[in-house]
Parts: sequence; C-alpha cells; structure tokens
Amino acid sequence: MSNQEDSQNPNNRKADMSQVTGKQESGTTSRTQAANPVATHSLSDVANARSAKQGQPIVGATGLEARNIHAWFGSKHVLEDISMDFFSGTVTALIGPSGCGKSTFIRILNRMHEFIPTAALAGQVILDGKDVYEPGVDVTKIRLRVGMVFQKPNPFPSMTIKENVLSGLRLAQIKISNADELLESCLKRAGLWNEVKDRLDEYGGALSGGQQQRLCIARSLAVNPQVLLMDEPCSALDPGSTLRIEETIRELSSSMSIVIVTHNMQQAARVSDFTGFFLSDGGPGRLIECSTTSEIFTNPKEKQTEDYVSGRFG
Amino acid sequence: MSQTVLMMKPQRPWKLTPKQILPDAIGALFTVAATLLLVAITPLKGKLGFALVLIAMAITTVTAISWIRRDRKAAMNSTTTVLVYIAASFVIIPLASVLYEIVRLGANALSFGMFTADMSQTASDSPLNEGGLLHALIGTAYVVTFATILSTPIGVLTALYIVEVKGRFAGVVRFFVQAMSGVPSIVAGLFIFAVWMVQLGNAYSAVAGAFALTVLMIPTVARTSEEVLKLIPGDLREAGLALGATQWRTVAMVIIPAAKSGLITAVILGIARVVGETAPLLLTIGGADAVNLNPLEGNMSAFPYHVWKNLLIGSENAISRAWQGVFVLMVIVLIFFALARYFGAVKGNKK
Repeated sequence: MSNQEDSQNPNNRKADMSQVTGKQESGTTSRTQAANPVATHSLSDVANARSAKQGQPIVGATGLEARNIHAWFGSKHVLEDISMDFFSGTVTALIGPSGCGKSTFIRILNRMHEFIPTAALAGQVILDGKDVYEPGVDVTKIRLRVGMVFQKPNPFPSMTIKENVLSGLRLAQIKISNADELLESCLKRAGLWNEVKDRLDEYGGALSGGQQQRLCIARSLAVNPQVLLMDEPCSALDPGSTLRIEETIRELSSSMSIVIVTHNMQQAARVSDFTGFFLSDGGPGRLIECSTTSEIFTNPKEKQTEDYVSGRFG
Repeated sequence: MSQTVLMMKPQRPWKLTPKQILPDAIGALFTVAATLLLVAITPLKGKLGFALVLIAMAITTVTAISWIRRDRKAAMNSTTTVLVYIAASFVIIPLASVLYEIVRLGANALSFGMFTADMSQTASDSPLNEGGLLHALIGTAYVVTFATILSTPIGVLTALYIVEVKGRFAGVVRFFVQAMSGVPSIVAGLFIFAVWMVQLGNAYSAVAGAFALTVLMIPTVARTSEEVLKLIPGDLREAGLALGATQWRTVAMVIIPAAKSGLITAVILGIARVVGETAPLLLTIGGADAVNLNPLEGNMSAFPYHVWKNLLIGSENAISRAWQGVFVLMVIVLIFFALARYFGAVKGNKK
C-alpha cells in the first residue's frame, strides 16, 4: 500500500511544488524524466543520465570554497590539505570509506568542528569572499547561512511540527511577519506539506523517521541558508523516504548549494553534480579526486577512485 | 471468509490456563501448610521464625515444582524469580508498614479545626479537638517555598555549568556538589546558625531556616539535573547551534524544554530531601506555638519541629499530635508531588 503511494505521490507533489516555487517548465520536465529513468545498471550510466539532464553547472559563481584545510583531533591528523569549491546552484557529494574525514570536513564548513574539545584546524573556508574562521566573525551568522542536516533525524522533542520548522527563526531571534507563509513554503520545499498540513500542532516525535528527516530539512530551510550541508541524511531511512529526500535535494539545488556526505554511491550518482572522493590510508584523510559526478563514475583519473566506485574495495 | 474474520476475538494464548495454574496453587497451599506445620513441631517460634521458614519453604517448593515439570534450567529460573520477589518484599514491607502506622496513628481525630488553629492557647496534653497545626503548616510552607525558590535556579544553573558550558572548573564544581550532598543536615543548620545568626546578628526566622534547607537542597537539585541534562542527546544541541543560535538560546529553547519533566523531578527530589529535615530547622527557626505570618523575623514553627516537640512532651495526646503532624505533612507532600508530576508531564513526546 505504501509502495503505491510512494510511486504515485512524487508526481503529484512535483506539480504542487512547481506551482509554489514558480519553477520553470524545464525543471519540471527534468524531474519527470528522473522519475522514469532509462535502464540504468551501472553507476556511470546513472551519473551520465543525471548530468545530461542537468546541463552544465554555473561555474564561476563561487558560493563556498575550502582552501588547504587540515584538521586534527588531539595530535591525530585527520584531514590533509583539502581544497574544494562548492558552486552555488549545484550539489556536491562527498564519498569515501568510513573514517576518511568526510563528516569532519563538512562540519568544518559551518564551524561545528570547534565543538569537539580536542579539535584543531588549519586553512581557510571562504564564504562569499570572506574567511569564516577569521577572528571576529560572528559564528552564529555563519551557521545561519550554512545550514546543516544531520545523519539522525533530530526534531526538537518539545516543539510541535510548526514550532520545529520556525525554530531557527526563534533561536536566532529573527522576526518575520509572514510566519504561516514561510511555514508552508518550507514544508513544501522539503516535500512534507501534504503529509503534515492537517497536523501542524502535533509533536515532531510523532512523525516517522523519514518524515522527521524532512522536517529537519524544512527547519534548516526556514532561515534561508545559502549552503546546506547534509551528513548522510538518508542513512537511517527506508528507500521510499530516501527517494523523497533525493527529490527534495534536486528541488533545492536550484536555489542553494548543497554538500552531501553519503555512503551510497548510487545516491551520489543520482543527486550530485560534483563528487569528491576522500580516502585515508591509515594516515590523514585526503581528497583523492574531485570532479564532475559523471567524470568520477565514468572516467576517474585516479586508480583508487576507480577501485572504490567500481566496488573493488570500501 | 469474512465471517471467520468477524468471528475472531482478541485472545491471549500466552496466558496461563487453569490447568497450568493448578500445580502452582497447590504448591502455594503446600508451602503455607508445611510452614505452619514446621513452626508447630520445631522450636522455631514467633513471627521471625514463621517468616524464615516461609521463605525457605517457598524457594524449595517452587524450585521442586519447576524441576519436576520442566528441567534444571526452569528450576534455576524459578528460584531466582522467588528470590527477587522476596527481595522486593523486603523493601516494600517496611515502607508499607511505615505508611500503615502513620495512617493508623495519624488519621484519627483529624478535624478541620486543626487547619485553622495553632497551639498558642492550647497545651499539648489537652484533648485533640483543641488546638491545631496551622502554625506548622505556615512555617513549613514558608521555609520550603523559600528554599525551593533559592535552590532551584542555583541547582539548575550549576548543572548547566557542568553539562552545557563544560567550564574549566566543571570537575571541581561537580566534586563539591557531590561532597555537599553528603553533608549531615545538622552541619547545614550549624553553618547558617554560625554565619547568618551569630556573625551577622540575625534572630531566629523562617528565612534562616530556608537558608539552611537551601544548603541541603542545592546538591540534590544540581546532581539530579546534571543526570537529566546528560540524557539529552547531543544532536539536539548541535541542531540548535547549527541553526545559528547562541548557546544560551539553544539551552533555553531546546535543552531545558526537552529536559523539563526531568528538571521538575529534580526539584521534587530536592523538596523531598528537605521537607522532613528537623535538625537544621531546630537551630534556625527557633520554634513557635503561634502562627507567625512574617517570614523575615520572629520564631517560626514547622512540621518537623511540631512533631519533635510533641514527641518530647511524651504524653498520650501529645504523641497523637505528633502522628497527626506526620500524617498531614505526608498528605500535603503527596498532593504536591502529584500536581508537579501532572503539570510537568511531557506532552506529545512519544519517544
């Protein structure tokens, strides 16, 4: 039963969303195609199918840039010399085996790294031309512009669905007049509106895991971030919920830049425009290769990347 | 087909049938009978002898029945089960008998007049329908309320310092809180007596008593709050901070609401810790038989003081008054806890 819903709903919802977001016809078409993919059996096919639809990303419009990032926990060097660009309007996937520093890296991007007591850092993270680690930068403002979705759905248990979505505004003490409109648009963009519109005053804990995760996405969207970091957002979810979140990611990618850590290479191939492959050979994690997703999955330059994406290790 | 579906009734196939219960029932009867017999024919006499024989017989019978019906493993399981039940009853029986005694001795001769009169015009020996414990009620209300108002913010903020801020002195603070919770209550009373009254020259009053109880209550509130705050998952903190909130906003809007019912429990435990304290109050409130509505000065009474005083007098009526005091205090605390639980319950959080 739920399967049927899953297969029918996306189309309905897409129609809803394109009305709301006012997206152009081309966007809707590409998504419809994505829902009925050609017979894709290999990752490279998936990646190619996606990049063919997406067209060329807007190169040059740099939203976020990591320059020569090194990171340590205590005396352990966990990341070595990572430089990456995250272009606005694109999705970047970070792949690699566990423990290679992907999560550490995206936590560095919105300054969550510093909450670990032994953490240390070198390098720069440039957001709109300014280093976010510069002394005197207001870290809360950075985190407003660089939102984050976590691995485990973590809606605030003491708040209702509505309060959860709007919690970012209250937490950051931002006053707005059209809260209800914002609530609706955030939930619609996160693909949750139809499921919760009649139960906005229920508590977030009453939702299913997949719905909770989309609620968390809606919560991050409410403060209108430029960049959305997602740390394995689908790892605790079933395929149906994963599908919806991937649709949400595609939907959002037109208006912000998204960085997603994933262990699911199919997912990386499905949703991302660029892919970075991280690997640690016992020492610090390094960025082995970073390129367009189709390049990584079709024609990787490095032997290690090829081995990893073809499933020979990891 | 649909007929059969309609015919289906919810059942509990795992429930014991009468046939299965029968051996246990016979075993229980046998246990009691054998115990009575043993007590009758052996030198084991009295309640203690009966209890010991009953425990031994219960273990033996249950183990034997399980072994015969099943096997050794089932016998071991039954033995452990009986031992757990016995251990639980060792805890429950004293508690229940204390409650029973309080109700038996304290609930008689209760009257509404008790809550409107004090002991200023009545001797402790006079009949129970004269006098009352309004003075004790007011005194305890003042002392405990002030102590709660003082120690709740201090205790919760201390816990926040240890768990959330994780300041440089968190370990030291935690150590002192733990050490303080082991301080004998009369030391707290002596401390306030020495500092507030002797050195600062204040007289007996309700606030002095409240200060002494605060000293005792802070460690309980702080330690329980600390445990509660530790249970709040770290991702909630990170979620708040990742939304661009300051630490204070995250704590105030996310952590404290999520921990609300636990924090209320912490305060309840703190109140439970101090509401029956007698020693620190003897040194600080001075004791009184008349109602004193001014908490800032003048001798004050309290339930523990009222009970203590009447027990010391020792006549039959006075001792009855003491039991009444204990009973009324117990009922008030019960009502208060029930209310706090009701209002503190986390709504809608099904996880």
